[in-house]
Amino acid sequence: MRQIVIIGNGISGITAARHIRKQSDDAITVISGESAHFFSRTALMYIYMGHMRYQDTKPYEDHFWVKNRIDLVEGRVQHVDVETKRLLLEDERAVPFDVLIIATGSVTNKFGWPGQDLPGVQGLYSLQDLELMEQNTKGISRAVIVGGGLIGVEMAEMLLSRKIAVTFLVREEWFWSGVLPREEAEMIGRHLRTHGVDLRLGSELDSILPDANGHVRAIRTKSGEEIDCQFVGLTAGVSPNIAWLKNSTGIATDKGVLVNEYLETEVPGIYAIGDCAQFRSHPDPERKSIEQVWYTGRMMGETVAQTVTGQRTTYDPGIWFNSAKFFDIEYQTYGWVRNTLREDEAAHYWEHPNGCMAIHFAWKRADRRFSGVNVFGIRLRHEVFDRWLRSGVTVDHVIDHLHDAQFDPEFFTRYEPMIAASFRSITKQPA
Amino acid sequence: MSRTDHSLSIAESHSGTLDGVQRIALTLAALGVLLLIVSIPMTTIPLPWLWIAVAFGLSTLGTAIYVQRLYAHKPAGIKNDGVWHSGLSARGASGWVLAIVLTGFYVLLYFFPELLGLGKDGATNQGIVALFDPLSHALSGKAASEWFVYGTLYTFAILIMGAKFIAKHRSDRYQVIRTCSVMFFQLGFAFLIPELLQRLNYPYHNFANMWPLNYYFFDEWNVKSLLDSGGFGLFVLFSGLAMIFLISPVLTYFYGKRWFCSWVCGCGGLAETAGDPFRQLSDKGLKAWKVERWLVHSVLVFVVVMTAAVVWSYLGEGSGFFVTRGMLSGILALVLGALAIVALVRPSMLKELKGTPRWAIAGVLGTLVLIAVSAYIGGRQQLFFMESYPLRQWYGFLIGATFSGVIGVGFYPLMGSRVWCRFGCPMAAILGLQQRFFSRFRITTNGGQCISCGNCSTYCEMGIDVRSYAQRGENIVRASCVGCGICASVCPRGVLKLENGKVQGRVKNAPLHIGPEGVTLEH
Repeated sequence: MRQIVIIGNGISGITAARHIRKQSDDAITVISGESAHFFSRTALMYIYMGHMRYQDTKPYEDHFWVKNRIDLVEGRVQHVDVETKRLLLEDERAVPFDVLIIATGSVTNKFGWPGQDLPGVQGLYSLQDLELMEQNTKGISRAVIVGGGLIGVEMAEMLLSRKIAVTFLVREEWFWSGVLPREEAEMIGRHLRTHGVDLRLGSELDSILPDANGHVRAIRTKSGEEIDCQFVGLTAGVSPNIAWLKNSTGIATDKGVLVNEYLETEVPGIYAIGDCAQFRSHPDPERKSIEQVWYTGRMMGETVAQTVTGQRTTYDPGIWFNSAKFFDIEYQTYGWVRNTLREDEAAHYWEHPNGCMAIHFAWKRADRRFSGVNVFGIRLRHEVFDRWLRSGVTVDHVIDHLHDAQFDPEFFTRYEPMIAASFRSITKQPA
Repeated sequence: MSRTDHSLSIAESHSGTLDGVQRIALTLAALGVLLLIVSIPMTTIPLPWLWIAVAFGLSTLGTAIYVQRLYAHKPAGIKNDGVWHSGLSARGASGWVLAIVLTGFYVLLYFFPELLGLGKDGATNQGIVALFDPLSHALSGKAASEWFVYGTLYTFAILIMGAKFIAKHRSDRYQVIRTCSVMFFQLGFAFLIPELLQRLNYPYHNFANMWPLNYYFFDEWNVKSLLDSGGFGLFVLFSGLAMIFLISPVLTYFYGKRWFCSWVCGCGGLAETAGDPFRQLSDKGLKAWKVERWLVHSVLVFVVVMTAAVVWSYLGEGSGFFVTRGMLSGILALVLGALAIVALVRPSMLKELKGTPRWAIAGVLGTLVLIAVSAYIGGRQQLFFMESYPLRQWYGFLIGATFSGVIGVGFYPLMGSRVWCRFGCPMAAILGLQQRFFSRFRITTNGGQCISCGNCSTYCEMGIDVRSYAQRGENIVRASCVGCGICASVCPRGVLKLENGKVQGRVKNAPLHIGPEGVTLEH
């Protein structure tokens, strides 16, 4: 019986643990410094807003871990001894392992802004961040959020639910510009403003200013404007949480823990998965070498469990998909609709006059092969789009059969006819 | 875990702070309720029409202004901010106070109606019952009873809180239409039509209700009164039988039990409207599920045995009923035969039967067999060596009054809005067995899009751990699901959809977690 140790109890580590348990009788230990039990990180915002309690975000009841013989250890690892195959925790405990899976997730990006470590300035990634935010935002009235991505929008929604005014600084010309094409980003921008977010596009943080007590009092933008606030949310992305590995020799790192397509590090028996893993070369060349997404973390957990239990498996995430929610607007994506269209691609964007629904199709000019969809405010069926993208149907097929992919609740207005009409009116000319 | 636990907070939270207009509005509504309460100890009510109009008017006006201020200025969307920060909806002190007040009201209503002013043995009414006399006269032509007072308040609660629910869920047409439906059935079928029937000298009857929820349907007095009411009575009798044996199985086959539980039923109607602020309080644990299955199926067996015994006791030679015990046995034999044929044609259904459903079905079938056997032994005054009368009394006291009323509504702020529907309702149990084994209804999971956030499970009033299915990409086919659709509403990633489709293969769904060659791990 081997001793399998997993560092990190997020979605990646826990998925790995569960799938290893399904296929083997090895001893499994999961170490976490964040929480006693697995909880859904994506639900942190709902705790703050009072939709759920912390215990509601735990996907498994506490007895699950005992029943499945997954030992949970609370603590932080400070050293991996590759030679003797032992972990050393901060409290001096030693944990031996035969197989080690590193799944330590991310930390908030900080780009060396003056004042970035002042009290009242923080990111939002961990349970501890949430507790800190609870304290930092008690009784305040104004906040500034820096960085136009998903966590920034979540933070804006959280703060507004407590009637704290939000100024949202986005460095780029449009919101989430690294991912979204301009059209939908502008719709989301308008939606944020409808909710009362003071959205400042093309506005960059220069420094964070303290008051007499050293607490944040305001921020200054690159253009010299000062904005008063008692809280600053840093949401300009996250990066792999690997600082704790610095003193451990033998495990190669770059931005993240370097792995091959099997999620193996160069040390036999040591793997890395989830946000903290960095592919030397990603099995899917369309994807980034670091994937910081719930779904990919889960897939890496499933994959590494196969390899660890004797069935060496390539990480193959299949067709790209993702989802998010911007206040009231749900977002789903299948395949690729890039922020900037490629040479060989064409696209069609439809938006409902209510400004809460949109759909963006992309396809290859040459053969009209469908390459992806962004959809807002309308629910589409994952299974159907996955099938279409795998089998390489044309965009015309997608438009004609959009009804088959409908996933909105019963009695909802169906927008397929409007979408199809808009598509045909614009793309009549031969490709 | 050092997280602040808000669940016992007494005061309204940061997010729940009320503005001045809302405070005034709530005060108006409270005054309306207060007018009703102060009428309880009064012997005579001056100007009862004016009194009642002002009471209901103030409550309506106050609530309307409050709701308008609460939702009108916000974009349509999910409105659960601060639910766990408010003592009322998070089992805090105000929640407990409300639970005690509600429970107390039900105890008075069911067991001490004279304290509410009910005039016994022909005496004139006093107090709150007298307050409702004019309204009752206008509708049914009779003086009010405590049940008329209750029915009016109940209907009022569904209408006014239904309007609030619609304002809150206005972005979701399924919720809006469904709520209009429960409001319509409560106002028309459960309240106005039965009252008007009495005015026309017909027996009181709610066409939208049926046995076993309506557990007195087969009582001797009810059957006799229906038989004495000529063509109308026969219509009620046969429509009642058709509801049980034809309409409800067919509708449940096509749409799941939701057609009744969250579209028609009055108990469900109150739970979905007035009970909506408490839906998150239902226990999602595995233990609660186990208790639920044993309890609800036990009540089902109880009601079948009780009804069989009651019917048995008044059928027979010289009873004046057309149906004899022999004929009853014949009908039961036919039902058993039909079930046997179904089992032969679809043996897979038997395989799926596990745990408590198996025992529940065995219990019900066993009862039927016992009746058939008893018919041949014949002539007994007792069925199963039990007197039918005390059995009926105990069912009425334990299940009809205590469980469905006192606990069912009184415990809203403690155990969620569907305590009765989940743990006690025999109707829900029957429809649930059918939904689980023979229905086109299911909740579909959208591939691999679940992020395990837990909103669906948290807001499931029936305590189903929806997330445990959704995160495996598995469809939800559960006996207890009433199809309210809130899980699909609150899901931030569009993962859940209530659907009707082919019965076969509806439970398992191909998981979509991993690469093209589909290492299908999730089983």
